[in-house]
Amino acid sequence: MENFQNNTDESGRYNFILFISGMSTKSSRAIENLREICDEHLPDNFDLQIVDITNEEIQAVNYQIVGVPTLIKTNPNPKRTILGDLSDTDKVLKILDLA
Amino acid sequence: MQKSNKSNLETNKFTFPKTLTGVEGLDEITEGGFPQGRPTLICGGAGCGKTLLSMQFLIKGITEYNEPGVFMSFEEPSKDLSLNVKSMGFDLEKLKADKKLVVDHVRVERSEIEEAGEYDLDGLFVRLGYAIDTVKAKRVVLDTLESLFAGLDNQAILRAELRRLFHWLKEKGVTAVITGERGNGTLTRQSLEEYVSDCVIMLDHRVIEQVSTRRLRIIKYRGSTHGTNEYPFLIDEDGISVLPITSLKLDNPVSSDIVSTGVPGLDDLFDKGGFYRGSNILVSGTAGTAKTTIAAYFADEQCRKKEKTVYFAFEESPQQLVRNMRSIGIDLEHHIKNGYLEIHSSRPSLNGLELHLLKLRKMIRDFKPTTVIIDPISNLMNVGSVHEVRSMLVRLIDMLKINNITTFFTSLNQQNEDFRPDLAEDSVSSLVDTWITVRDMEGIGERNRGLFIIKSRGMGHSNQVREFIIRDSGIQLLDIELGPNGILTGAARKSHELNKKVSKLKLQDELNRKDREILRKRKILEANIEALKNDFESAVEELSILKANEGLEATASKITKGKKK
Repeated sequence: MENFQNNTDESGRYNFILFISGMSTKSSRAIENLREICDEHLPDNFDLQIVDITNEEIQAVNYQIVGVPTLIKTNPNPKRTILGDLSDTDKVLKILDLA
Repeated sequence: MQKSNKSNLETNKFTFPKTLTGVEGLDEITEGGFPQGRPTLICGGAGCGKTLLSMQFLIKGITEYNEPGVFMSFEEPSKDLSLNVKSMGFDLEKLKADKKLVVDHVRVERSEIEEAGEYDLDGLFVRLGYAIDTVKAKRVVLDTLESLFAGLDNQAILRAELRRLFHWLKEKGVTAVITGERGNGTLTRQSLEEYVSDCVIMLDHRVIEQVSTRRLRIIKYRGSTHGTNEYPFLIDEDGISVLPITSLKLDNPVSSDIVSTGVPGLDDLFDKGGFYRGSNILVSGTAGTAKTTIAAYFADEQCRKKEKTVYFAFEESPQQLVRNMRSIGIDLEHHIKNGYLEIHSSRPSLNGLELHLLKLRKMIRDFKPTTVIIDPISNLMNVGSVHEVRSMLVRLIDMLKINNITTFFTSLNQQNEDFRPDLAEDSVSSLVDTWITVRDMEGIGERNRGLFIIKSRGMGHSNQVREFIIRDSGIQLLDIELGPNGILTGAARKSHELNKKVSKLKLQDELNRKDREILRKRKILEANIEALKNDFESAVEELSILKANEGLEATASKITKGKKK
């Protein structure tokens, strides 16, 4: 209940962390796909942090990153982790509960 | 085959670069360790020691060869790992603090991760690379990669990525160990062996007749010769130790020193007065033929000479052995207190053969005895199959020989009619150097103990069967007693001895009688001589009287003649 309250307090703003590695095609595709989805479904209602694990290796350990790209939705609850370049838009929307 | 390969390598002066594992015995089997800079696969079923072996490889690398390591765990969190190996005396936390070790727990939870689109495992690569760079690792363990298959859906990606991973590891130049769960019909469930093809080691854990044995086998080792057998290994408080067949060649140094048997009289049966130092002695016999007593004598003798001795008693507890031997005047306790003797008692069925062997090995390493007594070795026969026992004994004897340890085995054999050696004897007899048999000799309602030497390599020996008795004062070897029908023992010996005594007495009697008779005769003779002498003297006397008379008569007649004129 409290959690729910907290989430509504932050007006349901979406928080994403996208882990990529360097300038691989999969990484750039993931960024592109995520932007498209967000622009369409969450206009101006999201924060996106992009972490390049080749520069910030420790983050890969901290966030238990194995596959790249990985998208982690930290807010609102529940926390979701999506692995892949997000090309399967329908699936992504379903996972993020935006469909 | 192996030999020729080896000599080829030697002549070419090429040695395959290897990384010592630091795991006892494993380096000998692999002839120097795992392939350097290449991945090695360790596979096996659940609970067979994969994680421990790989962990030991890492830790020994750090502590003994100064090669930092990375442990990437896919199964257990770092904390659990630290706890698990702490009981083996490995302190992971300290190594981590010293920047020698990185433990990274990679958690891939299927329920938490969804897949949408293509991906690669760069995350894993980055983490691994980061860990390797942090401590400048030379050794890497991935335990167990297959967890990835459980956590991720896209098998095609996984396989491609794994191939890339192994390639990448090789390029990094780290010696990697990858563990994998044994699969159905394949070495690993996910056929990791397809990717790691340089060295594959399989661990196995089998229970045969309620006794479990762990085994290790090198399935392949590219570019190198290696032992091909299944080698038993042990996990104990020191971690893993593998038991190789200690010597494939028989080129151990030999000694010409002689050690005394300790049994009064027994030394004399050997031309050189005892056993060679470093040789194996087997005393076999049926129940109750004083094998243990002879062994205790030997132990006592060695301890007196200040030789460190280990006595493995598989039938009696140390206290019992000490008490029993005290009853025949051997004080073993005194030697124990002085630190020359250690008695170890355990039931043979307590653990598998290999464990016994390893224990022995450890004891030899720690206590450094020059004499080992195993009483009886036949009890170990119950633990395994004929083949296992034999191979174990070969290893045992090899190990002892290499260390130039004089070994004294006793062996209980079944009483069988045809005097054919049973299993225990059969397994050992060709391996031992000196073989003494103690035997019951039964006849006319009694049982006697006899002892004889069957063989004694490199030394002449007596061919006699010697009877011996055990009294409060100890063992006594009796002299040979020859009767009209061969060698006599026990009561026959006694009655023979009595007969001999009686006839001796009779003879003495006769002699005495004869002596007396002669004395008497001499007395008679002397009396006769005296009488004759007397006769003679009286005759002489008579003669002289007669002569005197004659003289008187002559003068008398002269006087009368003169008067007539």
